[in-house]
Amino acid sequence: MTPLAKLLEAALFSSGHPVPLDELRALDPDASAAAVAMALDELREHYDTGGHGVELVEIAGGWQILTRPEFTETIERVQLAVRPQRLSSAALETLAIIAYRQPIGRAEIEEIRGVAVGSMLRTLLERGLIDVVGRAEGLGRPMLYGTTPAFLEQFALRHLGELPRADELAVALRSEPRAL
Amino acid sequence: MIDTAELIEAPFVIELEQFSGPLDLLLTLIRDERVEITDIPIARICEQFLARIHSLGLSDAAEYLEMAARLLRIKVQMLLPRHGSGDEWEDPRAELVRRLLEYQQMREVVDLLERRGDDRRERLGRGVTLIEPVRPTRPLSLALPELLAAVDRVLRMARKPVLHDIVPRALDVDGAIETIRALLHLRATARFSDIVSAGAEPWRILSALLALLELARRGELRVRQRRPFGTMDIARDTAGEAA
Repeated sequence: MTPLAKLLEAALFSSGHPVPLDELRALDPDASAAAVAMALDELREHYDTGGHGVELVEIAGGWQILTRPEFTETIERVQLAVRPQRLSSAALETLAIIAYRQPIGRAEIEEIRGVAVGSMLRTLLERGLIDVVGRAEGLGRPMLYGTTPAFLEQFALRHLGELPRADELAVALRSEPRAL
Repeated sequence: MIDTAELIEAPFVIELEQFSGPLDLLLTLIRDERVEITDIPIARICEQFLARIHSLGLSDAAEYLEMAARLLRIKVQMLLPRHGSGDEWEDPRAELVRRLLEYQQMREVVDLLERRGDDRRERLGRGVTLIEPVRPTRPLSLALPELLAAVDRVLRMARKPVLHDIVPRALDVDGAIETIRALLHLRATARFSDIVSAGAEPWRILSALLALLELARRGELRVRQRRPFGTMDIARDTAGEAA
């Protein structure tokens, strides 16, 4: 491996979270953006072909070294590490709405989901998946919510743009509600 | 800062493994019945909805009841005679259909998030350890002069202990005896409070008490106490005096 690839490997290994590209570039001021991208490719290649238990993944606007899926169950069995808990269907619904409509207030979320979401929002806030990103105009100036980088991280998204556009979703194409 | 008041007020939350809300249940029924969302046989679906919330014990959950009421209203509106031509007629189901489509679209995103989330959960990053690793403490390396200097600093900082001199104060029983004798020379009876003044120091009180007992033993006076902790009446013992 090139010295730059080795440097990136060391930096990524030391971090528990995805490391953004600009932080990786800051490791070596002499390296160009292209050189860093090439070194990342080299490192990924190295893990993929050399027979390694870890891989390099692009996630949440950065890069991260993660274990390969086939070992997770065994690692978890001896309690070296645990997978984060799965979110409930209700939590995912709330997150999906916030991801698409952010910034969005509680009332709007409740209108789409058809249930009260107060305690759900609190849970998501506690888990750091959403945050208060502002306040709406109007009566009571309700809080507006948006997703956090931790949301991207937990759902293996590089950025929000990776979610399908609303008009790309199958339902939107299938029927036009106005044509009733 | 987060205004928790807005979050806490949420009333009564029913969350089932099976359904995440009334729209979810409704969508499931529509799928089970294999009907088009845009052309819901409202009477049948409404009936099914009521039966399901009853069997699931959801009849008390406001959100499901609200949906049931909405379905019943649409059912009634569908039965009303239509006015005007077909173009002007507004389908009473339109609003429900719009919401269902919106909800269904969101469910698609949920499926996607679920897949991506599961995929990510299968990979572990660093720092998701269950047990915090215990880092061994490094052995202390220190030169002798450094250690002595540190001890010196500590000793300098420590305050000198304050020593108290304790001076034994002897009881003055003889003095008290003289006082009591002088008093009883003037009066036939007295009280303990006459011998010892109010704010007297303990050694004076003890001296007086021992003097009283001593004089009583010698038969110069008698001490009487009517009840426990009551006042002590002291009287000249005339008999003893005579003897």
